[in-house]
Amino acid sequence: MSSDAPSIEIPLPPKELQREPLVLHHRPLGWISNQIACIAEGPAPKWWWIAFIPSFLIMCVGAAMISYQVSTGVGVWGLMVPVAWAWDITNFVWWIGIGHAGTLISAILCLLRQRWRTSINRAAEAMTIFAVMCAGIFPMFHVGRVWFAYWLFPIPNANGVWPQFRSPLLWDVFAVSTYFTVSLLFWYMGMIPDLATMRDRAKSKLRQIGYGIAALGWTGSNRHWWNYEKAYLLLAGLATPLVLSVHSIVSFDFAVSQVPGWHTTIFPPYFVAGAIFSGFGMVLTLVLPLRAICNLQDVITVRHVELMCKVLLATGSIVGYAYGMEFFIAWYGGNPYELYAFQNRAFGPYWWAYWSMITCNVVSPHFFWFKRFRTNLWFVFAISIVVNIGMWFERFVIIVTSLHRDYLPSNWAYYIPSWVDIWTYIGTMGLFMTFFLLFVRFLPFCNIAEVKVVSEYGDPHHSLGGAKGGH
Amino acid sequence: MSDSTNRFGLLAEFDTPAETMVAAAKVRDAGFKRWDVYTPYPVHGMDAAMGLGNSRVGWFTFCLGCTGFTLGMLMIWYMNAYNYPITVGGKPNFSPMSSFPVCYEMTILFGAFGSLGGMLFLNRLPRWYHPLFNSDRFKLVTHDKFYICIESSDPKYNDAETRGLLQAAGSRHIEEVRE
Repeated sequence: MSSDAPSIEIPLPPKELQREPLVLHHRPLGWISNQIACIAEGPAPKWWWIAFIPSFLIMCVGAAMISYQVSTGVGVWGLMVPVAWAWDITNFVWWIGIGHAGTLISAILCLLRQRWRTSINRAAEAMTIFAVMCAGIFPMFHVGRVWFAYWLFPIPNANGVWPQFRSPLLWDVFAVSTYFTVSLLFWYMGMIPDLATMRDRAKSKLRQIGYGIAALGWTGSNRHWWNYEKAYLLLAGLATPLVLSVHSIVSFDFAVSQVPGWHTTIFPPYFVAGAIFSGFGMVLTLVLPLRAICNLQDVITVRHVELMCKVLLATGSIVGYAYGMEFFIAWYGGNPYELYAFQNRAFGPYWWAYWSMITCNVVSPHFFWFKRFRTNLWFVFAISIVVNIGMWFERFVIIVTSLHRDYLPSNWAYYIPSWVDIWTYIGTMGLFMTFFLLFVRFLPFCNIAEVKVVSEYGDPHHSLGGAKGGH
Repeated sequence: MSDSTNRFGLLAEFDTPAETMVAAAKVRDAGFKRWDVYTPYPVHGMDAAMGLGNSRVGWFTFCLGCTGFTLGMLMIWYMNAYNYPITVGGKPNFSPMSSFPVCYEMTILFGAFGSLGGMLFLNRLPRWYHPLFNSDRFKLVTHDKFYICIESSDPKYNDAETRGLLQAAGSRHIEEVRE
């Protein structure tokens, strides 16, 4: 363009229509690396030990519970007939559901070009991996004789029998193990450039070698970025149908059976929405304290928190709608057993679980219609925990209340968890927190490279990115 | 002449993504083939500035995804209908319907390995040694600096002229990198 061309003034939109930048206070590129990488460098801060030691001890309690269960038998759990699936499967579905927000943030929001995902996707993906690990523990030990758990996989065994592929429980084995593997690949691939950052910053030989090996010799070459970004997009495109299918298949564990209260076609979409709802709750629970402790308010901004609250509101409303629709169809479908199952949920012996679920999942997200609540971080933190309590109750209600009224009234029973059930569940929380804290301590918990992409200094069309006459 | 035998190329440093992109377009227009831009993050528009087309990773994903689906179907047919038929309620021993969820997951599993493996293969990674790691300043490539490297093996490479081109493109620091 020649210099004497008429200059065209493009007026900026009015202030209230301008979007807040995703990296506040015009932070330069180097600041982003320093601020994020320093969390994983130097001696471990006091807060880390304060969080890590109890988490580790709780994890050990969980390990002791599992050892006790394996050595004594599955009867140490509160399971009985007719409630043969209880806390363990509740916890399994709860943990898997929590994992789903990680994939949603990293994959679906990537496909939808939601640039705000960049500062939270790494932590959310780590959450996915650790949550799926916790989830896997429950069905694995629920089988009773865990040393035969490999029978679930199509591995030749001494009996010469293969798994029965018409069972949704076997589909689940494939869905969950694929989900874990693909999440791990996605997480690792997204981390390669940041591992190179850690390698180049490393002062000690050990860290140089460790991060160096993990970074695979990444140079930041644009010819590499070119293939890398395509592979990342493809992985996002694969992870999106994967995450939807995993929770659909988890819901098939119930929906394909004949139990009243389980045998409904609404389960797959309703489970997926619930999973995203609880997962975003967990992301907020983890990210809100971390952003305050690690001074990352300029990277994980209030706008990020607000957007996550809006996702909670949307998915919470879907979940609320599903509860209503389930009840409606139970009545409209004209099946007396189905209707009884639902009336029993709300007004039967487990009424307290049902109404806890309604309060936590249907009522609590509706505060987020108001900006005042979305920007009050203490309030958001509290609701994020309430949401996860509610989602745990949802799975408990679905599983236990449907089973405890069997077809034969002589079988009817009231399920109470044993202390081993309770401590195994708490133990998996310790496992989750232990792994998450180790992740925060040794790996960059925000995506350094991608945050640079959305910063003003990183934008080649922005005046801070060196563009002449840029906006 | 002994110098030129272990010379890798000229490394030019830039401070902003916009400068780097303009410089990359100049290097592209000068007709170089063996050169690259090194950035701390993927710069939007750099692929066009370098004249790169569409990446071929997708072929790896596609081929492995198809393999996963086919393998899944074959596996289920072999296990449940051929090697040890399991008859349940008079249903067919093999049905693509009930086999679909497992094959769907296997498509994704294999496709994901194809994407990551394809990316690593096309990028010739892992490669833990690279001549550019000999430069101390190049450590900043993962921090906040941008680099263009023109390799001396490029047929158009000429020490003085190439250095002049990079200088004219706006680089304030140019150094020679050795193998």
